[in-house]
Amino acid sequence: MNTPRMSALAPMPPGTPVLSVRDVSITYAIEPPVHAVQNVSLTLHRGEILGLAGESGCGKTTLAYGVNRLLKAPAVMTSGEVTFHDRGANDIDVVGLEGEALRRYRWDKVSMVFQGSMNSLNPVMNVRRQLHDVFTTHRPGMPRAERERRAGDLLQLVGVDPARLSAFPHELSGGMRQRVMIAMALALDPQLMIMDEPTTALDVLVQRGIIRELMRLRERLGFAVIFITHDLPLLIEISDRIAIMREGRIIEEGPAEEIYRRPQQAYTRQLLASFPSLTGERGGFVRGGAT
Amino acid sequence: MTTPRSSSPPPNSPEQLCGDPASSIEVRGLNKDFKLRRGPRRSVLHAVVDANIVIGAGRTVALVGESGSGKSTIARIVAKLETPTSGEVLLDGERTPVRGAALSGYRRQVQMVFQDPFASLNPFHSIAHHIERPVKLHHPELTRSQIRDRAAELLERVQLGPAYLNRRPHELSGGQRQRVAIARALAPGARFIIADEPVSMLDVSIRVGVLNLLADLQRSDGLGVLYITHDLATARHFSDEILVMHRGHIVERGSADDVILHPQHEYTQALREAAADPERLGALRDEVRAELAKEV
Repeated sequence: MNTPRMSALAPMPPGTPVLSVRDVSITYAIEPPVHAVQNVSLTLHRGEILGLAGESGCGKTTLAYGVNRLLKAPAVMTSGEVTFHDRGANDIDVVGLEGEALRRYRWDKVSMVFQGSMNSLNPVMNVRRQLHDVFTTHRPGMPRAERERRAGDLLQLVGVDPARLSAFPHELSGGMRQRVMIAMALALDPQLMIMDEPTTALDVLVQRGIIRELMRLRERLGFAVIFITHDLPLLIEISDRIAIMREGRIIEEGPAEEIYRRPQQAYTRQLLASFPSLTGERGGFVRGGAT
Repeated sequence: MTTPRSSSPPPNSPEQLCGDPASSIEVRGLNKDFKLRRGPRRSVLHAVVDANIVIGAGRTVALVGESGSGKSTIARIVAKLETPTSGEVLLDGERTPVRGAALSGYRRQVQMVFQDPFASLNPFHSIAHHIERPVKLHHPELTRSQIRDRAAELLERVQLGPAYLNRRPHELSGGQRQRVAIARALAPGARFIIADEPVSMLDVSIRVGVLNLLADLQRSDGLGVLYITHDLATARHFSDEILVMHRGHIVERGSADDVILHPQHEYTQALREAAADPERLGALRDEVRAELAKEV
């Protein structure tokens, strides 16, 4: 397949950062103000899957939006630095980006698979037009034939028959729509993909297929992933590192194995305990009798 | 086969069903077809095919499967919200009524808890209204203060307390609302509860609490529970028996541990493989790497 960069199979040097987040705070300026993200610092390395776990309202989506500069009033980033370490180029100060530079940064460097993205395809455009759209916007010089070839390749990459280019979203199953969304997020060879609850609404077997595909693509293309979900067992299984968020703060961060086997914070232990083990000891979750 | 269930009868045979017929809901030979029409084409969807289930008092039976497998259709038929194409639902060994006063007698004993606690409570009404109304309807002999006492007591049983009586749904969290929904189900004096994905819309840290509440009630009051879910892990921990549904068929059944730890049917095995398991930490990454290395 002539995808843009099979060369990425050569592993990235480990430990090179792709994104540094320093002391970021985000506030919803309403009355009273909501401090959704408070002094968060994170370093994401190339090709790494970072799992961001936490319950509804803990600020994980707000943080992701902040990193991608997608915040809209009343949300304001009140402090902090976000630096994108561009491959073979200068570092980008994400907070300072404006206008054209910001437009070029988004999707090209960092793409996003949104929450409920099964429903974020445009219902009146077929898949072809939506994929072409990415190229016409970000690669204006690209000839039509090239766009068409790339669009087909992308679908193939995510395991969807390129014949589906002519399909409208309603003609695709939920799993296929999600795969198309991932294809779209991969279109510009991003160095980081943020996935916000990408498989939560899908059936387990479909979810598994997509996760597997994601892991394969990550190995082949070498992009880093911030994977946001409340599904801690899934995160432990697939992430390299995990950050646990609570009330706007990252309260614990470490390799997936450390978080699972030696959680330091009481809240992390509580969150882990919320998921009964599929195969482990039975009955620990059921209290004896009424209290 | 050397599995513990090798000598047991085939998965869907009535002999294997246990439970006291004197106090149970029994689903016997249940079929449900939906007629589909797409333009001039007509077809029939067999949503449920020959289902046999026994839910004994004090037992929890989990029905697991993916969307569209027919599990909610069974729930709706048992709750009498849907009529079966063929087959029957027995309560305490007797055929169940389809209409009239007898039907409301059945409904008094078999109640549902729905998936979405935000949609299943009326935002205009207080919590008291939600709980007192079924008490009033099913026990017309009670006085006003007796009804109020009963509502307060029901809220106690779901660990909320009478302070919640005068609140409205929007003041409550999802978990609290689901507790109210359980109290409402108990209000008419239900002996059986059909819980259709009762925790899937709740935040993770409160799911176990709501399931524990159902488990407590099941034990203390001898409540029979039909727990419908797609989550194998909670099905294993909170039920006695698990039935696996796939495209309308019950493809496997057995004790909760057997079905999850020693799945026999290939579909159950696939579900089990697909469920996230932190014990397999890093395994998928290594598997994918090995696969790619082979392809290159």
